[in-house]
Amino acid sequence: MTESDFATRLNDRFPEGVTADEREGYQGYIIAADKLIEFATALRDEFEFDYLSSVTGVDYPDEGKLEAVYHAYKTIGGAELVFKVQTDRENPEIPSLIDIYPGADFQEREAWDLLGIKFTGHPDLRRILLWEGFEGHPLRKDWQEAYYEADKKPFKSRWPKAEYTRAEAKNPYGANVKYPDKFDPEKWVPEGEDALYGSLAKYETTDKDGLKTDHLTVNLGPQHPSTHGVFRIAATLDGEKIMNLNPVMGYLHRNHEKIGERNTYLQNMPFTDRLDYLSSLSNNFGYAIAVEKLIGIEVPERAEYIRVIMAELTRVQNHLFAIGMFLNDIGAFFTPSLYAIEERELVLDVFEMVTGSRMMCNYLRFGGLARDLPDGSLQKIRDLVFDRLPRKTDEMDRFLSENEILRSRTVGQGYLSTEDAIKYSAAGPVLRASGVPYDIRRADPYSIYDRFKFDVAVRYNGDIYDRYYIRLDEIRESIKILQQAVEQIPEGEIQTGKPRYQMKVPKGESYGRVEGPKGELGFYLVSDGTGNPYRYHVRAPSFINLTAFGPMCKGLKVADVVAVLGSIDIVLGETDR
Amino acid sequence: MYGLGILKGLSVTLKRFINTYVDDFEWRGKRYYTDEGIAHRSSKDAKGIFTIQYPEEKMPVPEEFRYVPFLVYDEGENGEINNRCTACGICAKVCPPQCIWIERAVDKKTGRPVQNPAAFTIDADICMNCGLCAEFCPFDSIKMDHDYEIASYGRTVYHLEDLMKPASYYDEIRPINSAKESEIRRIAEEAKAAKKAAREAKKAAQAAK
Repeated sequence: MTESDFATRLNDRFPEGVTADEREGYQGYIIAADKLIEFATALRDEFEFDYLSSVTGVDYPDEGKLEAVYHAYKTIGGAELVFKVQTDRENPEIPSLIDIYPGADFQEREAWDLLGIKFTGHPDLRRILLWEGFEGHPLRKDWQEAYYEADKKPFKSRWPKAEYTRAEAKNPYGANVKYPDKFDPEKWVPEGEDALYGSLAKYETTDKDGLKTDHLTVNLGPQHPSTHGVFRIAATLDGEKIMNLNPVMGYLHRNHEKIGERNTYLQNMPFTDRLDYLSSLSNNFGYAIAVEKLIGIEVPERAEYIRVIMAELTRVQNHLFAIGMFLNDIGAFFTPSLYAIEERELVLDVFEMVTGSRMMCNYLRFGGLARDLPDGSLQKIRDLVFDRLPRKTDEMDRFLSENEILRSRTVGQGYLSTEDAIKYSAAGPVLRASGVPYDIRRADPYSIYDRFKFDVAVRYNGDIYDRYYIRLDEIRESIKILQQAVEQIPEGEIQTGKPRYQMKVPKGESYGRVEGPKGELGFYLVSDGTGNPYRYHVRAPSFINLTAFGPMCKGLKVADVVAVLGSIDIVLGETDR
Repeated sequence: MYGLGILKGLSVTLKRFINTYVDDFEWRGKRYYTDEGIAHRSSKDAKGIFTIQYPEEKMPVPEEFRYVPFLVYDEGENGEINNRCTACGICAKVCPPQCIWIERAVDKKTGRPVQNPAAFTIDADICMNCGLCAEFCPFDSIKMDHDYEIASYGRTVYHLEDLMKPASYYDEIRPINSAKESEIRRIAEEAKAAKKAAREAKKAAQAAK
């Protein structure tokens, strides 16, 4: 079905309420708010867009509008469908899509939290990243942060007349926070907690002797080693069985998106490193693709190859770390994780040699790379991908995969069915371990991935074991890609045009996505034609994969929750942004 | 048989344990506290343990390694300090966390700005070591350092006098880049000189007419 066919079909189906977005540089459709539910249902059931990838919003104060932006995909592959709903800025209400696409759950909560879009019909529309005592919705354009200096960087106070001051000195602690009216943090009793516990359905069971049992609410975290950071799980228990579970996050929230909207396009590059800090090169890749789509710049051949090599090395080291830490979570204390970290160190040595930093790589530039591979680094990569990594992956496999303790902890536990995985917008290894062979490198190829021979790793049981094992599969596939890329890499330029630190970006929007190690990593950008992004949104796989976390854990024991969380592989820098 | 998987796994650990000693033996005591030993331990052929005994041993940092920036100065013939920085402000503009403050110097007589910084401050606590300043400096003046041991009890704020380091230091930590850059500068200067000579020749020719 071609694009125009699709437009005709859509037009026939919805003669009213669905119009093409004809603003300069924009794509997709604008849906009338009262048609949204009908449209989304038709989209899922008739047009095969069964996967709602991203939900976000944009604030347009000049037009007095708030806009919700949705990106939907077909799990059989293909390009995205963007649709938007506009609403009044003063009283923003949009029907919730949670019944049609349950994966919208956390993302709608995030849009409510940060932009103040009220999703009517959402059963649990609470703040998700910020706390209840927070005043306002920070991603609105008129909201200013505590150490506010100017709307856009570079700040005028830095050059040519500059006097060094610490922002904290101007605006001391205690006087830098705005609270809602009549709010006193000293007397605050966390009502939000009641809402949180209220969101967990109440149970009461009667056992066979007629004894009534209350159910216990238990918090795991935020300070708990198994949560890989500051992450909290509120659960209702029946004995040791999980009846209901809700993740609580935002402890590491720094409003990455607001920072991004103050920054220039280039200044955002090192900030993307800090999202999923284990795989910074993948983050760079996604962001570079989004910006390159906006400015329409080509990337030289050699740079594309280096990008692919770096992104795949990132996937290898991320999965090694994920497997190691997962084993830590289920009790194989530190031996497997240190074995995995050894191999990861060798990959990080390559990163350090090429990019200058082990983890915060900041290596990609728009239309190319920061610098070429230094002498000797390609040989180092060759040594790794032809010799060391395949050998060591097999060793990890031998070491762990048949271990009876590992198997009894993981096989058949934490089940996520194929339908649920799609429904909850799970991405990456979580989706593929549930039997959906959806890999953006194949489904909607970017960069030069269409040139390489590799298989999309897929497993069908949807349990923790498969989510563990698929990471080994993916390492092997990545090594295949790496071996081809290292062999084929041509000589040549690594940057189109002269590198520039300031540039005007044409008006419009773009969505760049890559298959990051944790799943679909997307960057949604809106440009108003200046040097700073008007809107900058990150579709964070660690965050959205957690939507399926609650349903996966139902009926398991407390100790299994830790294993399930480990198998999702979250990084809090990305979850909380 | 039940337990076979565990035995198989444990054999990997046992192999690793033995390999550590085999590797130690093969290197006859040179595996530790020597440069070759460190290089071997972080190579693809390392069999046993990987650990570097920091701070007695240190991993060598690659040339591209970047840490908090510093300013390069050229030493004149009589030992005078020629700061390469012209206070153009590009580094301050490109800096993502905006941690660079530059005060451009002013000629006292005329009141016009001169190409020199009067004050230059980098708040290393805010600096994210991204290296964009060094990448976009057109005068090869601000560069990323290799010295990563700067932990302190207070805040780390560098002023102009703390930031200045000689060009010889830069050549030492980044020999390849430094050679490349001076080659580019030499070519640019030659081109400039050639242009000037051509212009003068033209002038002379015109005068002769």
